[in-house]
Amino acid sequence: MAAVRIPPTLRAEVGGVRELEARGATVRAVIEDLAGRYPQLGALLLAGGELATYVNVYLGGEDVKTLDGLDTPVYDGETIILLPAMAGGA
Amino acid sequence: MAGYRELLAQVKLEIEEISAVDAQEQHAAADRPLFIDVREPEEWEEGHIPGAIHVPRGRLESRIEGLVPDKERPLVLYCSVGSRSAFATKVLGDLGYENAVNLGAGFSDWKRNGYEIAIPRVLSSEQRSRYSRHLLIPEVGEEGQQRLLDARVLLVGAGGLGSPASLYLAAAGVGTLGIVDADVVDESNLQRQIVHSTDRLGEPKVASARRTLEALNPDVKVVPFEERLTSENVERILDSGWDVIVDGADNFPTRYLVNDASIWHGIPVVHGSIYRFEGQVTVFAPGQGPCYRCLFPTPPPPELAPSCAEGGVLGVLPGIIGSLQANEALKLILERGDTLVGRLLLFDALGTTLDEVTVRRDPYCPVSGESPTITEYVDYVEFCNAPVQI
Repeated sequence: MAAVRIPPTLRAEVGGVRELEARGATVRAVIEDLAGRYPQLGALLLAGGELATYVNVYLGGEDVKTLDGLDTPVYDGETIILLPAMAGGA
Repeated sequence: MAGYRELLAQVKLEIEEISAVDAQEQHAAADRPLFIDVREPEEWEEGHIPGAIHVPRGRLESRIEGLVPDKERPLVLYCSVGSRSAFATKVLGDLGYENAVNLGAGFSDWKRNGYEIAIPRVLSSEQRSRYSRHLLIPEVGEEGQQRLLDARVLLVGAGGLGSPASLYLAAAGVGTLGIVDADVVDESNLQRQIVHSTDRLGEPKVASARRTLEALNPDVKVVPFEERLTSENVERILDSGWDVIVDGADNFPTRYLVNDASIWHGIPVVHGSIYRFEGQVTVFAPGQGPCYRCLFPTPPPPELAPSCAEGGVLGVLPGIIGSLQANEALKLILERGDTLVGRLLLFDALGTTLDEVTVRRDPYCPVSGESPTITEYVDYVEFCNAPVQI
């Protein structure tokens, strides 16, 4: 099981929670597990089977784009952070 | 019992001394030793060896270990004619400094040889008092305080993030603060925008901020830009020359515009953003680390990017994030410490957690990458497909 941090702008899609547990041996499998349970979240994260360009996904503090992308392996107990840009400043 | 002359002669036998010629040679070398001026403050103010640090003889023993923790570091001590610094060199030897030498004939001989000297600009007595807590910190000190007074920081936005950032930068003595904001003070701002106040309702934010900041510190000059930052005015605003930009904008088009302009002008940006209970802070330093486009190549669709006006924000959150931005800006000016270049801090006020993720340069970044494809300002509103709300 991996923990997935849900950013505030995506929480409406998952009933308002800040963190979800998800199963999967790779980042893709973890996100697909979430997408299966929260189709609206899945639609926002994945476009044509690839990660949407406006959401960064971090595993162990590293952007998975700099690792093996969606094929990056995920081990039990790891935390994945989903992070779209936020523009607020005022 | 030995008299002063005998004691001095004895001490001079026990220490190593170098001539002004040798000292100048070492001073010009790439691995220059640390020069320590042990004279009185008024002597230092009349001129000193460039790059030297000033530790009056009377404070040497108590301060040296804080200033020079490495006891193997090569040191050259000097005073006016080499006597006070002879005793100082002896004492440093007793304290375990293995490579301390005395400039035998002192600063007078250095000057006689026509070598370069630096005349320090001095703080007024009011400034010494105002910045006394900075002057006590070795990483700031008088030289750092002068840097702050000479520094020019441009704040994009005088709102949630710009309020605490500008207040702390002004209090710290950053000499020139440019502020870009087209808005007027609204009642709904006052829950977090602490540079404004109830008696400023309806007043332009740049004017309100200027009054607060110049009242806080008369050393600070505020340059107001009562306009929204756009592709049309950004060159004019940046032309005044800024050392650091503090980005506290509240919309994506301005964020991408600030990014592109900062890269083309080579100005570091201290980035902060907030929403509800969560904030992000990082530093984008052109040429040294990633840029905003490396981190977020494209903005989210408008439905996933609500502003604080739409989604709300905890009042204290910009206080925390804006203060972190001020901290980064001060370090960039002082060239001290490790900045957030290449690191994005994620603060969650609800759980009181701070996470850090790595941000890497994208070699394919269209603006800061190896073969840029965007080389001039674009239509940022269209790029972000979002209405601009400042």
